[in-house]
Amino acid sequence: MKNLSSIRREWLLLAIIAAIALAVGARAPVFLTWRNGLDIANDSAILAILVMGQMMVLLTRGIDLSVASNLALTGMVCALLGKAWPGASVPALLLLALTAGALLGAVNGWLITRFDLPPIVVTLGTLSAYRGAIFVASKGAWVSDQDIHPAIKGLPRETWLGLPALVWFALVVLVLAAVFLKLRREGREIYALGGNPHAAAYVGISARKRLMMVYTLSGMLAGLSGLLWVGRYSIAYTELASGYELTVVAACVIGGVSIGGGVGSVLGAALGVLFIGVVNGALPVIQVSPFWQQAIAGAVILVSVAVNARSERRAGRQILESKTLKRVTT
Amino acid sequence: MKAWNTWERVLLALLVLLLAGFGWAQPGFMSVDALADSTFNFSEKGILALALALLIITGEIDLSIAAILALSSLAMGYAMQAGAGPLGMVLAAFATGGMAGAVNGVLVTHYKLPSIVVTIGTLSLYRGLAMVALGDKAISGYPEVFSTLGNSYVGEVIGVRWLTLPIEFAILLVAAVAVGITLHRTVLGRRLYAIGANPVAARFSGIEVDRYRLALFVFAGLMAALAAILLTGRIGSTRPNIAMGWELDAITMVILGGVAIEGGRGSIVGTMLAVLLLGLFTFAMGMANVTGIVMSMVIGALLIVSMVLPRLIKRRRVFA
Repeated sequence: MKNLSSIRREWLLLAIIAAIALAVGARAPVFLTWRNGLDIANDSAILAILVMGQMMVLLTRGIDLSVASNLALTGMVCALLGKAWPGASVPALLLLALTAGALLGAVNGWLITRFDLPPIVVTLGTLSAYRGAIFVASKGAWVSDQDIHPAIKGLPRETWLGLPALVWFALVVLVLAAVFLKLRREGREIYALGGNPHAAAYVGISARKRLMMVYTLSGMLAGLSGLLWVGRYSIAYTELASGYELTVVAACVIGGVSIGGGVGSVLGAALGVLFIGVVNGALPVIQVSPFWQQAIAGAVILVSVAVNARSERRAGRQILESKTLKRVTT
Repeated sequence: MKAWNTWERVLLALLVLLLAGFGWAQPGFMSVDALADSTFNFSEKGILALALALLIITGEIDLSIAAILALSSLAMGYAMQAGAGPLGMVLAAFATGGMAGAVNGVLVTHYKLPSIVVTIGTLSLYRGLAMVALGDKAISGYPEVFSTLGNSYVGEVIGVRWLTLPIEFAILLVAAVAVGITLHRTVLGRRLYAIGANPVAARFSGIEVDRYRLALFVFAGLMAALAAILLTGRIGSTRPNIAMGWELDAITMVILGGVAIEGGRGSIVGTMLAVLLLGLFTFAMGMANVTGIVMSMVIGALLIVSMVLPRLIKRRRVFA
C-alpha cells in the first residue's frame, strides 16, 4: 500500500494535526506541554486499540458495528467477576477480557461466514443483542467505584518508564498490528481479500478463514478495551460507551482506511485517532463548547472521504455490494 | 417485484401468533384502546422505516435519518421563536429535512462516495449541529395544534366518538399505502428495483440512476421532517438528543421486513408488517414489565434469526 498518494495523504494529515496543535498552543501555551500531550495520548489509547481491530475488518470490505457493545459487555463481565472473586490477578483478568471479547467477535465471524450474511446487518444485530445481555448479566445495576476490583482499577493508572500503562497497551497493539499486516502472510492476505476477492480466491486465499480471523481479532481488542475502559473510569453500567462504534469507524475513515476494502495503514489509522484526540483536547482549552466535537468530527469525515475518493481515482465501492464477496465465500 | 411473498406470509403468521399469544396471556392487551395506544410508540419510526426501505432497495442507506429528524425539530423550534405560525413551522421543518437529505444525495451522487460513509459523517455533523445550537437546553411551548397532531385520535377531531385511530398512525398508514403503490405498481418503483439489483445495467438501460438516488435522499429527509413534526408534537419539546439511535431501530424494521441489505429485493408490505410486529411486541413486553434494553436484545437476536432461517431452508432444499 506504499504508493505515492497514500504517503502524501498521511503527511498531509500529520501536517494538519501539527497546525491545529500549534495554533491552539499559540493561544494557550499549556496545550503544548508534555503533560497535556500525555493526557491526550491517554484519552486516545482505548480508541487506538479499537481502531486497529476495526481497520482489519474494514480492509476485508466488512464493518463491525458491535465493538462498543462488546466492549461494554466484556467490561461488565470483568467487573462482575472481579467483584465475586477478590483474588483475581491482572493476568487472569486480561486473559478473561481477551477470551470473552474474542468469543463475542467469533460469533459475528461465524454468522457472517457460515450463513453468508452481510457484516453490517449481523453486527447491527449483535450490537443490540450484546447491549441487552449486559442488562441481563448485571440485572440493570451499576457496578460502581467501590465494587470494582482493585486490580482492574489499578491497571490503567500504572506508569511504566514514564508513560501511562494505557499508552503502553495502545503502542503494543499498534506495533503488533503493523507487524501482522506488513510482514505476516495472513496480514497480506487480508489486503488481497479486500482489494479483490475474486483474485484472492484464485490464488487460494480462504475468505472464510480470514473473515473469521478479523472478526475474532476485532472482538478480542474490543474485550481488552472493555477491561481498560472499566478500569479507567472505574464504573460499569448498561449504557457504557454506547454509540462509540461510530467514533471508531470515524477515526478509521479520517485515517484514510477505505470503507470499500483493501486500502489503509496502521500509521494512517493511528493519525486518525490522534486527530480526534487533539481536537477533543483542544476544544476546552480554547473555550469552545465541547458540543462542537461531534459536528467537527462529522465535517472531517466528509472532507476526508471526499479527498480519498479523489486521490484513489476510482468510484467508491459500496460496502453494501457484498455480492462479489458472497460468490467467493460460497 | 411481488409485494406478497413467502416472507410476508411468515411475518403475518408471526403477527397473528403474537396477537393471539399476548391476547391470551396478557389481559387487557387485546382491547381496542390498548392497541391504539401502542401505535404511538412506533408510528414515527415506521415513517422513517418507509423511507429507509426505498433507499435500501435501491442499494443505498441513510444512517443520518434520525439526526435529520433532530435538525428538523430544531428548525420548528427556531421558527416558533422567530414568530412563525404553525404553517411556517411545518415549512421550516420540511425545508430543513429536504436540504439535509439533499446534502447526503449530492455527496453520494456527485462525489461518488459510498452512502454508508457519507451518512455516518452527516449523522455526526447534523447531530453535532443540533447539540451546538441547543447545548443542554430544550425548546418547548409548542402550539396546541401540534400536541393534537401527536396525541389525538382521528375520531375526536372529526367528531366520530367510536373511531379510536390515532392521527399519527393514520398518517403512517396513508404514507405506507402511497409508498407501497409507488414501489409496487408504478414504473418508478420498478426502476428503483432495477437500480438496486444492478446500477450499471440500470444506467445502460436508460435509467437516470443518480437522479433517482438524489431524489430518494431528499425524500428520506422529508420523511424525517414529517416524523419530526409528529414526534415534537407528541412529546412537546425539542432536545438535541431527540430520537437518538432511531436509525438503527428503523433499519432493523426494514431488514426484518425482508428487504435485502444488498438491494434489489424487498416489499413495503413486509416492512409495514415488521413495523407492526416489532411495535406490538415491544408494547406487549412493556405491559409484561420487561425493560426496553432486554427487548433490544430480543430484537437483535430476532434480526439475525430472521436472516439465518431463510438461508438454512434454502440450503436444505438444495441438498434434498
